[in-house]
Amino acid sequence: MNIWIAIALTAVGCYLAKLLGLLVPAGVLERPLAQRLAALLPVALLAALTAQQTFGDGQHLTLDARGAGLAAAALALVLRAPFLVVVGSAVVVTAGVRALGQAPW
Amino acid sequence: MAEQTTLPEGVGEAVGIPHGSATVLGAKPDSAVVRDALGVGIAVGLSGFAFGVTSAGSGLSLLQTCALSLAVFTGASQFALVGALAAGGNPYTAAAGAFFLGVRNSFYGLRLSQLLALPRALRPFAAQWVIDETTAVTLPQPTRRAARIGFAVTGLTLYVLWNLTTLLGALGAEALGDTDAWGLDAASPAVFLALLAPMLKSTTERITAAIAVLLALGLLPVLPAGVPVLLSALAAPAVLFLSGRRKGTSRDTAAAEENR
Repeated sequence: MNIWIAIALTAVGCYLAKLLGLLVPAGVLERPLAQRLAALLPVALLAALTAQQTFGDGQHLTLDARGAGLAAAALALVLRAPFLVVVGSAVVVTAGVRALGQAPW
Repeated sequence: MAEQTTLPEGVGEAVGIPHGSATVLGAKPDSAVVRDALGVGIAVGLSGFAFGVTSAGSGLSLLQTCALSLAVFTGASQFALVGALAAGGNPYTAAAGAFFLGVRNSFYGLRLSQLLALPRALRPFAAQWVIDETTAVTLPQPTRRAARIGFAVTGLTLYVLWNLTTLLGALGAEALGDTDAWGLDAASPAVFLALLAPMLKSTTERITAAIAVLLALGLLPVLPAGVPVLLSALAAPAVLFLSGRRKGTSRDTAAAEENR
């Protein structure tokens, strides 16, 4: 039941957040500061998410195979690889490093 | 309007669209827009598989996992909710964290609404598709027609595939066993990085990203899940404020030089 409460709250909250942006009058965007802020906020949020999902483990920070996977993704991005290759290389390298870590040598 | 096009420039490259295809001004063939949209929709839709696997692995039922993808439909929030529930968080904290992550879609909506100019009656239906990927495809389009096609095709492709692959992932979780051994937990941060990379064009963006990373990691051990990411968003107004002050100062200095 608790899980369903969480799902319902998240669904309603996230939907309203999406809708709000579409309903706010266009005039808000005509101020240059608002435009710059709207452009810069996703940069901050995506950077924070990337870092947390790479180095976060619950409430702890950790450096594990995901770090190697993300480095591979970064390299793929520098080489202008397609999106799927970027994500794929992160997954494959992470899995590879974990497999090596459990190898018997 | 120049600012309007700065955010997504280069996103096309990140998702494998040939360089410059999204920057041609004026008429752009509908088929080219559809190709852009399908490229992103298919690539990211497949990462729904990773979500399905993660969610089922976290102890959510098949129905709960699919309900999340159908009703929430914004990947970061879904991953955050499932992670918080798996860690034993109460439903309200878990939902708050997921909601905080979803707030960024409000800002995407702000930018999209001007570009798409949707009739009011249509907005409640379009809202569900206002996410990272549809924004990334829609904003660089040169015309309103192209923007609308890009938004609709990306949204539809992504919605159908994200939900299908969520279902498959949840079904396949048992077969896979330990999903971390397959490296699937690295898919989500890699998606974020691929979305972020093309945005890091100038020093302002890079400094903002660096501060956000420091805030997110620094606050992670001390605040409830989801809150550090929201607070890291403060990096954006902080950098804007500081760069505005610096510009003001240099302008004053220039004026002083002239007076001399």
